[in-house]
Amino acid sequence: MPRLIKDGAVIDDRWQPIDLDSDAPRAGQIASLEQWLNLADKAGTGVQLEPAEEPDTLFPHLHEIALIVINFPVFTDGRGFSYARRLREHGYRGELRAGGHFIRDQLTYLRRCGFDAFQMADESGLEAALASLSDFTEFYQAAEDQPLPLFRRRAEPTS
Amino acid sequence: MYIYDQYDQKIIDQRVAQFRDQTVRFLAGQISETEFLPLRLQNGLYLQRQAPMLRIAVPYGLMNSTQLRKLAEITRVYDKGYAHISTRQNVQLNWPALEEVPDILAELATVQMHAIQTSGNCVRNTTTDQFAGVACDELEDPRPYCEIIRQWSTLHPEFAFLPRKFKIAVCGSTEDRAAIHHHDIGLELLANAQGEIGLKVLVGGGLGRTPAIGSVICDWLDKRHMLTYLEAILRVYNKHGRRDNKFKARIKILVRAMGVDAFREAVEQEWSTLKDGPTTLTDEALERARSFFDAPDYAVIDGPAATAELDAACERDPIFGNWVKRNTLSHRMAGYRIVTVSLKSTGYAPGDITAEQLELVAELADLYSFGEIRSTHEQNLVLGDVPMAQLYPLWQRLQAAGLATPNIGYLTDIICCPGGDYCSLANAKSLPVAEAIQARFDDLDYVYDLGPLELNISGCMNACGHHHIGHIGILGVDKKGEEYYQVCLGGSQSKEASIGKILGPSFKQEAMPDVIDTILSTYVTLRQEEESFLDTYRRVGIDPFKERVYAQAH
Ligand code: HEM
Ligand code: SF4
Repeated sequence: MPRLIKDGAVIDDRWQPIDLDSDAPRAGQIASLEQWLNLADKAGTGVQLEPAEEPDTLFPHLHEIALIVINFPVFTDGRGFSYARRLREHGYRGELRAGGHFIRDQLTYLRRCGFDAFQMADESGLEAALASLSDFTEFYQAAEDQPLPLFRRRAEPTS
Repeated sequence: MYIYDQYDQKIIDQRVAQFRDQTVRFLAGQISETEFLPLRLQNGLYLQRQAPMLRIAVPYGLMNSTQLRKLAEITRVYDKGYAHISTRQNVQLNWPALEEVPDILAELATVQMHAIQTSGNCVRNTTTDQFAGVACDELEDPRPYCEIIRQWSTLHPEFAFLPRKFKIAVCGSTEDRAAIHHHDIGLELLANAQGEIGLKVLVGGGLGRTPAIGSVICDWLDKRHMLTYLEAILRVYNKHGRRDNKFKARIKILVRAMGVDAFREAVEQEWSTLKDGPTTLTDEALERARSFFDAPDYAVIDGPAATAELDAACERDPIFGNWVKRNTLSHRMAGYRIVTVSLKSTGYAPGDITAEQLELVAELADLYSFGEIRSTHEQNLVLGDVPMAQLYPLWQRLQAAGLATPNIGYLTDIICCPGGDYCSLANAKSLPVAEAIQARFDDLDYVYDLGPLELNISGCMNACGHHHIGHIGILGVDKKGEEYYQVCLGGSQSKEASIGKILGPSFKQEAMPDVIDTILSTYVTLRQEEESFLDTYRRVGIDPFKERVYAQAH
C-alpha cells in the first residue's frame, strides 16, 4: 500500500489513485477535476487539481469534499501554493494533499500554505523528510499554521 | 537602523541550519543538481565561470560598521580579500567555496545579516533611496516600509516558487533615486488630497531583455493595506505568470498580455479576500518599524558658521574643495553633509572594495557618521550624516585609500556588471570597457564640463548593469563568437523614466573609447547653455549622434 505523510506521521494511504480511463470514480477514489465535475454522485470521492486548474470551480462544494490533491508535476511550479491558500481561505477543512514531484525542502512552506498530507513521488525518503516539516518554528507571515503575522504577536510594541 | 529581536534572530539562525543540512545532503549526493539549484539560489549562491558567487543581502542598502567589519573578515577568511557592491545595493563575493557557504552564512547571522532570497524566483531584496532619512526632498522615510516588506517577504511560504524573480523598490522623495519605474513593483510614498501619506503602486517595470516602464495600478493606497495589496499582486502573478518560457515569465509580460486594466481588476478581485485580514498593518506595527529609523543624535550646529568655515577650507585646499563639490550633498540638518564614498577609481572594477577599505569605511563611519553606511545602486557607499567640520579629516583618510575620486554623478562614475570576467551568462566582458573609458576620460575638467552623465554597461541582455536606463548604455553582444558592443542613448531612471534607443550596429571593444568620445563631442557641439546630455538628446534625438559616430567609423 502506498504511504504518505499525514499530520506529521508516515501512514498508509487508503485512497484509490486517479484512473483517467474510468468514467465514474467511486467513493474512496481520487478523480481528475474533469471527472469529478461530471460525477452525478460525488459522495466520498476525492479530486485532484493540476497546475493549470484553479481551485475556484470547487468553491461551491468545499464542505462536501473529503480530499483535494494538488499535483506538482515539477517542484518549481509554485501555483499549487496559492491554490492551497485560496482553498483554505474559502473554508475548505478536509484533507489537502500535495502530490507529485515536490521536494522535502518545500515541506515547511507547503504545510504553512494549508497542506496537511504529503505524498512524495519517491517514498523511500518519507521518514527522513519528516524532519523538514519543522525546519522553522518561527515565522514572519500569517499563514494556515499561524493565523497572526509576527507584527501582531511581538511581545511588546516599542513605546 | 533596524535591530533584530529574538524572533528575527531565530528565523535567520534556523535558515542557516536548514541550508547547512541541505548542503551536506547535496554533497552526499542525496539532493540532485536540479533540486539543489533553487535551494542554493535562494541562499544567494550562484555557480559561476570561475567559482561560486555569493550574494549577501543588504536590506535597502543599510549597514552598520560592525557588519562592514564582518564582511571584511569574511572576504579575508573565505574569499580573496575583496567584495563587490551590486546594482541592487547588495554585496557579492566572487570566490567562496561551496562547502564553506554555510559557515559564511553563520558568520553573517552573528551580525544580523543573511543571503536569503538574493537570487532565485522569489521576492528579492527591497531597494530604496540611498539618501533615505537625510535627503532634503523627502516626503517620508521609505525605510520603515522596506523593513516591513523585508519581514513579510522573508521566507514567505506562498511565493518562493514564482515564475521568475520579483523585485520591489520604494521611494519617498521628489526625485526618484530608487528607479521604481523599473521594478516589478514600485511603491511611491505620496500625499492624497487630504494630505494623508499613502502609496502609489506601479507594476510591471523592468529591465532585462524586454525593458518596460511600470504602470500605475493604484493611485493612492492606505499604508495599512500595503502588505495585503502586495500579496494580492503576487498571487495573481504566481497563478498566471508564464512558466513555459523563462524569457517571458516576468510580471511585466503578464501585465502587458492582460492589459493593465484587466490586471488591476484581477488584483482587486484577489485583494477582496485578503483586505482587512490579519496581514493588515496595525498602527503599532507601523510605529515600531518607524522607531528604528529615528534621526540620530545630531549635534546642534550653527549652520551658516559651519558653511562659512567649510567654504574657507575649500578655498585653502582646492582639491578638497572639488571633492566637497562633487562627492557631498546638502543634508536636511544644518551643519551636516551627505558623503558619497566613490568606488569608481580608474583601474579598479566599479563597485569593488577591498577588506582594508571596508574596515576603513567602518572606522570612518564610527568616527564621523553614527556608525552607519549605505550602499547605492550606482555601486558606491554613502556616509549619510557627516558634520561639516569633520569633512576635511574624513576626506584625507578617504583620499589616502583611493576612495575619494571626485566623480559622483559624472561620466566616470560608471555602473557596470561583472561581465565576461566572472559571469557565465556574459556575451562579452564589461569591466575592461569601463576601465578603457575611465582611462580615456581622465581629464577631470572635461568630465565636469560634460555635466551629470550616467554611463551603464552590461555584459549581456540580462541587463545587470542597467544599460537601458543609462544616459549612455553599453551592451555586450556576441557576433559570430566575437565580443561586440551595442550602444544606446537616452535612457533614464528618473521620474521621467525612459529606455535608451539603440544607436546602430555594434562596435569592437577597441573602438569603444572613440565611440564614446564622438558621442560626447557631438553633445558638446549641440548643447545649448547649461543643457545636460540627456536634455540635449531629448531635444535633438538620436540622428545627429548616429551620423557623427558612423561617419567616423566608416
Ligand atoms: C555574476 C553572476 C550574475 C548572474 C548569473 C546574473 C544573472 C542575471 C539574470 C539571468 C538576469 C535577468 C533576469 C530577468 O530579467 O528575468 C539578471 C538581471 C539583473 N541582475 Fe544579474 N546576474 C549576475 C550578477 C549581477 C550583479 C553583479 C549585479 C549588480 C551589479 C546584478 C544585478 C542585476 C540587476 C539589477 C538585474 C536587473 C534586471 C531586472 O531585474 O529586470 N546581477 N541577472
Ligand atoms: S548582464 Fe549578463 S554578463 Fe552582466 S552580470 Fe548580468 S548576466 Fe552576467
